[in-house]
Amino acid sequence: MKFLRKYMDRVKPQFMPGGRFEKLQSVYDGMETFLFTPNTTSHSGVHIHDGNDLKRTMITVVVALLPALLFAMYNIGYQHFLAIGHPEAAGTTMFVYGLLAMLPCIVVSYVVGLGIEFIGAQIHHKEIQEGFLVTGILIPLIVPINTPLWMVAVATAFAVIFAKEVFGGTGMNIFNVALITRAFLFFAYPSRMSGDAAFVKTDAIFGIGQGNVVDSFTGATPLGQIATHVGDTLQLNDVVGTPITTGDAFMGLIAGSPGETSMVAILIGAVILLVTGIASWRVMASVFVGGLAMASLAHAFPTPAYAASMLDPLAQLCYGGFAFAAVFMATDPVTGARTRIGQYIYGFLIGVFAILIRVYNGGYPEGAMLAVLLMNAFAPLIDHCVVSFNIKRRLNRITTK
Amino acid sequence: MSVIKLKRGYNLKLKGGIEQCEVAQNEAVSSSYGIVPDDFTGIIPRLDKKAGEAIKAGEPLYHDKNYEQVKVVSPVAGVIKEVRRGERRKIEAIIIEGNGSEECVKHDLSKPVLDILVESGLWVMMRQRPYDVVPNPAVRPRDIFVTAFDSAPLAPSLQLVVGDKSKYIEKGVEVLSSLTDGNVYIGCDNNDMAIGGAQVNTFIGPHPAGNAGVQIANVKPVNKGEVVWTMDIVTLARIGELFTTGKVSHDTVVALTGECVAQPRYVKATMGCTIESLLGSDINDNSRIISGNVLTGAKVGANGYLRAPYRHITVIPEVNKPDEFMGWASLNPNRFSLYRTFTSWMCGHKDGISMDARVKGGERAIVRLDEYDNMLPMDIYAEFLIKAIIAFDIDKMEQLGIYEIAPEDFALAEFACTSKLELQRIVREGLDRMRAEMA
Repeated sequence: MKFLRKYMDRVKPQFMPGGRFEKLQSVYDGMETFLFTPNTTSHSGVHIHDGNDLKRTMITVVVALLPALLFAMYNIGYQHFLAIGHPEAAGTTMFVYGLLAMLPCIVVSYVVGLGIEFIGAQIHHKEIQEGFLVTGILIPLIVPINTPLWMVAVATAFAVIFAKEVFGGTGMNIFNVALITRAFLFFAYPSRMSGDAAFVKTDAIFGIGQGNVVDSFTGATPLGQIATHVGDTLQLNDVVGTPITTGDAFMGLIAGSPGETSMVAILIGAVILLVTGIASWRVMASVFVGGLAMASLAHAFPTPAYAASMLDPLAQLCYGGFAFAAVFMATDPVTGARTRIGQYIYGFLIGVFAILIRVYNGGYPEGAMLAVLLMNAFAPLIDHCVVSFNIKRRLNRITTK
Repeated sequence: MSVIKLKRGYNLKLKGGIEQCEVAQNEAVSSSYGIVPDDFTGIIPRLDKKAGEAIKAGEPLYHDKNYEQVKVVSPVAGVIKEVRRGERRKIEAIIIEGNGSEECVKHDLSKPVLDILVESGLWVMMRQRPYDVVPNPAVRPRDIFVTAFDSAPLAPSLQLVVGDKSKYIEKGVEVLSSLTDGNVYIGCDNNDMAIGGAQVNTFIGPHPAGNAGVQIANVKPVNKGEVVWTMDIVTLARIGELFTTGKVSHDTVVALTGECVAQPRYVKATMGCTIESLLGSDINDNSRIISGNVLTGAKVGANGYLRAPYRHITVIPEVNKPDEFMGWASLNPNRFSLYRTFTSWMCGHKDGISMDARVKGGERAIVRLDEYDNMLPMDIYAEFLIKAIIAFDIDKMEQLGIYEIAPEDFALAEFACTSKLELQRIVREGLDRMRAEMA
């Protein structure tokens, strides 16, 4: 790597103040720290530092997201070939199709988001921060596959600027940036974000997957079907009308937002996050407990008026974006509760609200996103209450002397 | 006597520990000695002696501006060679050239205890909570806490540093008891310590169990308006010696440790001796010499002096892997981390951990959860307190327990911090501003 080091050293003066590209200094610094761990040594306080930094932390989250990402690519292809009546197509073809379908969205999300971060860093003369590494991959995973790229670009820009940069950048945001992107799309372009046309890509890409959709094709996700369901018995179907079971939902070969369908892929990510200690097991476990509790309660009083209440509790957790939100969204340490007791409360309420919204609010077939955003807003309050117990304890020490 | 088990914290097993725990007979021979006023936080120095004047061991070098009776003394007899000044004429060090004579000040033990103590130079080895500064002699403390072990990485055994002065410990406790209405608490790491007149508690757990602040918090926390004194058992023994013989001894035992020391060992030395006299051939260019431990010590050059508390030197590599390519993606098990994001957790680190002085990352906002709490066995919401200090919200700082902490309590959290915040500096500045505000 000597030549790279030499090259970086040679071009460095051009990026420093007074150089030709001084406007790109942040970008240069970002590249340099990306390529080489800085030789900077400590000058105050401790003389040794742990090897872990935010880059490593964020990249580990990206690794945890990879199973969901790879499965999403395969599943997009699978749903497509199922829709055009060729479920027997080769797995690699399906994967390539899905890859080509997702790639533009990933590229747009990263280019727009990182572009804004770079500009922000340059304006404030700060280092480029790593937060968007994760956000940039979360966005394509939670946005319906048929969302036009310009919408993704607008929503990402909105979220990065108004949910993050205005608060001071990585680590300062109140709301989860990826979810703000999703919420922006959901409320700005509702017709493109739900319904039958959003979740299954039906047209060919570069000639791959040519063919017309079969007559029985609907394109509705399981939760979409529940939202429009009438009658006493609930039977969920896949995109061409074949009945599906909770097991299928667990494996993930169903229609839905790209990253959210497969419980298996999400759980692999969860294991990575928990083993590395990045995500709080308190939050993750209590989201599932809260969801299970609320789903059991709803299932105890099933009514046809709220068709989702007819789903059994375990199925509730497998369908829709619940598991994805529990593992990757609720565990965002920046926007969640930071005290230990607070983490239990925060997670539990996310679980409860996610199912509550899903079951009893006809307007929103999926409640996980809104539940997390809602609890983001309440996380500081939860922490405030928990910390105030500590403060009271301290005051009591004086008075009870 | 009670046993207190602490779970939070971490024992960093660095390379370069001392294997054989016996004091070497070698004595470091130093020609000059340096006293650094920065070591005695809270004292504003006013010189008693000028450069060129002769001085005896134990004779005051300077006194505190606010409490003139508080003195910092010379460790040896000799001549003051230089008063080294930095920016705005701040005194950086006072250098004394030793003449080898044993001439030293003998204190008149018929005077009141407090007067002897502030005069002796041992006073400035003590600290008080709140603010972690040299105690204010006008305030009688609620309790006095003595820590009998140092749990920091590679730290010397305090029993060895005390050595044959241990016979003075009970006298020291007796003296201190007269200065407080409360108790003298001694915190040790094994059960077989019984000291007359003192409340002995045993602390079992990883570093920072040996920190006075942690021991106070788990025995009887400091409340607003209360003052407690803290010190180590070496100072306690010296106090005992002072009130037995009338003299203060300035000899000490120093542990030379760290990866860059060829043979980690103990040597006998005198307070403030030169680093060169201690390390000799172990000094090389690409190493960082720390007087103290790797978490709280002071960086000193090869031509520097042994700094308070005068018992530990650690030498680590400054940069052992320059221009590490994509270090954040490293799968190298030798890249040590407390977290399982790196592969190091799968290895045993039998030979100890190798660590250099690199920060290994840029400063960021606080992101990860529980990092500080896991390293601080106190009933304090560390992260909220740090944020209150940064915002300098006095009410919040009081409420969250600023009076209970010292920078050293946050040292391990600073090591562990993913966001690479300078916690000890933040805490120190917070305490200083708070003290100025409350004065």
